[in-house]
Amino acid sequence: MEKECACKNRYADLDDLSPVEEIIARYGAEKGALIPILQEAQDAYGYLDESIMREIAKRAGYQLSQVFGVATFFAQFRLQPIGEYLIKVCHGTACHVAGATQITDEVANQLGVKQGETTPDNKFTLESVMCLGACALAPIMVVGDDTHGKLKPTGIKKILKQYAGPSAVAEGDDAE
Amino acid sequence: MSGNGDGHKYKVVLGYGTCGIAAGATAVKDALEEAVKGGDYDVDLDIAGCMGLCFTEPVVEIFDREGGSVIYGDITAKKVPQLLDEHVGKGQVIEDWVVKRSEDPNACEGDFLSNQLRIVLRNCGKINPESIEEYMEIGGYEAAKKALTSMTPEEVIDEVSASGIRGRGGAGFPTGTKWGFARKSPGDEKYLICNADEGDPGAFMDRSVLEGDPHTVLEGMILAGFAIGARQGYIYCRAEYPLALKRLDIAIEECHQKGFLGEGIFGTDWSFDVKVKKGAGAFVCGEETAMMASIEGQRGMPKPRPPFPANSGLWGKPTNINNVETFAAIPWIIYEGGEKYAAIGTEKSKGTKVFCLAGKVRRTGLAEVPMGYTLRQVIFDVGGGIAGGREFKAVQMGGPSGGCLPASKLDTQVDYDQITAAGAIIGSGGMIVADNRTCMVDLARYFLSFTQDESCGKCTPCRIGTKRMLEILERICEGKGEPEDIDKLQNLAADISAASLCALGGTAPNPVLTTLRYFKDEYEDHIFNHKCAAGSCPALITLSIDPETCTGCGACVKVCPTDAITGEKKEPHVIDEEACIRCKMCLSRCPSESIIAE
Repeated sequence: MEKECACKNRYADLDDLSPVEEIIARYGAEKGALIPILQEAQDAYGYLDESIMREIAKRAGYQLSQVFGVATFFAQFRLQPIGEYLIKVCHGTACHVAGATQITDEVANQLGVKQGETTPDNKFTLESVMCLGACALAPIMVVGDDTHGKLKPTGIKKILKQYAGPSAVAEGDDAE
Repeated sequence: MSGNGDGHKYKVVLGYGTCGIAAGATAVKDALEEAVKGGDYDVDLDIAGCMGLCFTEPVVEIFDREGGSVIYGDITAKKVPQLLDEHVGKGQVIEDWVVKRSEDPNACEGDFLSNQLRIVLRNCGKINPESIEEYMEIGGYEAAKKALTSMTPEEVIDEVSASGIRGRGGAGFPTGTKWGFARKSPGDEKYLICNADEGDPGAFMDRSVLEGDPHTVLEGMILAGFAIGARQGYIYCRAEYPLALKRLDIAIEECHQKGFLGEGIFGTDWSFDVKVKKGAGAFVCGEETAMMASIEGQRGMPKPRPPFPANSGLWGKPTNINNVETFAAIPWIIYEGGEKYAAIGTEKSKGTKVFCLAGKVRRTGLAEVPMGYTLRQVIFDVGGGIAGGREFKAVQMGGPSGGCLPASKLDTQVDYDQITAAGAIIGSGGMIVADNRTCMVDLARYFLSFTQDESCGKCTPCRIGTKRMLEILERICEGKGEPEDIDKLQNLAADISAASLCALGGTAPNPVLTTLRYFKDEYEDHIFNHKCAAGSCPALITLSIDPETCTGCGACVKVCPTDAITGEKKEPHVIDEEACIRCKMCLSRCPSESIIAE
């Protein structure tokens, strides 16, 4: 998998509206495009700030209530900024049975944050998510774009260390 | 890596799906490419989708020129040089790493595959999913060509009806009948949707098919579009499946280039195109009307039916929705004939079904078996029994809408009606095996917390009812259960089932009802004796250390947040019950498994 640049400037500034313009221009008058527009805006800005939602509503011809309604309905949309790495600990059935709760506890313990929170250095945001579909490797978590499987609480520290430095580290080999 | 098949002595194929990548397949891929760069080995490299051997990923299969093959499991980058030296260089099989060899297909872990019958997964792990050429070499798009050039839409529907296939998304509605409704529905503009919003926790067969063989799904959709008269198809796929989305995009692009999608496909005057819609994370969107609302760009909330999608679906037009697995079986049915498919399975459930084996089973992965296999055959013959030599306790089938079946139901046949009669559902095919350390009350609580969280909030029985059920289950797990709680759960379950608008609410109580049916004693143990026999619910257990096996290594002392563990170095340690908060951190740290939870 291609490594995405993990530098701090991966997201656009909120006062730079060129991504919004570009995305809306591309979808034009396509029916039912609100969800993909919001998805791409979130990719560009890291989250959906109120100002961005207002711009989308204005420029693409939606009611603000409609945009906000969709953004708050789907789990994928975030209304708060996230850290450099989003950690998604899977809590699907297989992961639950295999001890996902202890994994989340351990990550929270190591980072000193609760679920949904971001570390003070803006490095990590911790989330619990529903099934990521790699049940056979339960319990799993995704850090940035990398999936880590067959986790044990004892191995969490080592994985997090890989991301704490300046460069992203290869996935995989830490599966125990 | 490319599958040029240019006459090398060996062909090395790496399983490159999400499970493989998560287990380290990227490092193996890099090592393989690096090793063959110098031209020292007479070998051709290729990737394939998931073979379904998740328990032993990363997986490499080496083919020789005579068609024989050896599958190796648990391959790491470090093992690659030895693998190439021995097998490709010297022609020596490394016995210790073998999962399956074609000469003796049942040996090693080979019976995981040889006990299966693969129709939907026929190409998964065999062809490069990013190459339409490889799909076509093994007969891909022949069924679509045959149908579009020599069959009428009605004949296609008849063939699908004759196969007896029922919708693989969970509801089990006969596919041919469903297509017939959409065909007969008046209107020039119709839509076709592929449901790839695999939201059931514990199910990943759709992901594996999309990653491993996206063309077969597209071919199934081309056939369905032709049969019902839809010119536009949508694949509604979860955003959580980036690799599946990427391979779908590649496959659709390849189809445009070949003239299999777009205007006038297969040299006929029929036009059909497919667009991918990325889901945004809402379990309820697996429900047909909610999914269509989401495709239209609205909040994904279900609508009452009728009108059914076949009459008024996407943008008010006749719409037909099928699941990934259903579409993946269609090309085989059209090519081989419906009768051949109908010859497999039981009287009312035809063909094969893909199950995702996960949980405490020894061999986790994808298992496609003929309908009519018993649960015992799936879990023990294919899955290899329970991991760690523990005792089978239950199998959870059908995700949050399904149920848990105990050991006494292991001889139930995999068949829509028999599984439903036993108290679970086939659903989308998740099979999570639980051993004696899984608490059934906690499992029911887990599913209720899922459905409660995913309830869209539109109708009251689901929105409020699941919340009340969850509160009761939470207090039982915390040791605060009340004697009348079991009756309350049953009453709430009946009301929610009867009065909810869609299947999410209608089936939400099922995990509670089946655990009450088969494991009522565990509920009672929690409520009346304040005991969790599985050693799972923190409030109802005590943790202690087995002095016989404790080595006094001190690993537990370091992680205990309340300093409840003490002991001399190299001497058995003890846990202070008063100070212990039962977080179980020590349990997962102990190298000698000396911590006892009961």
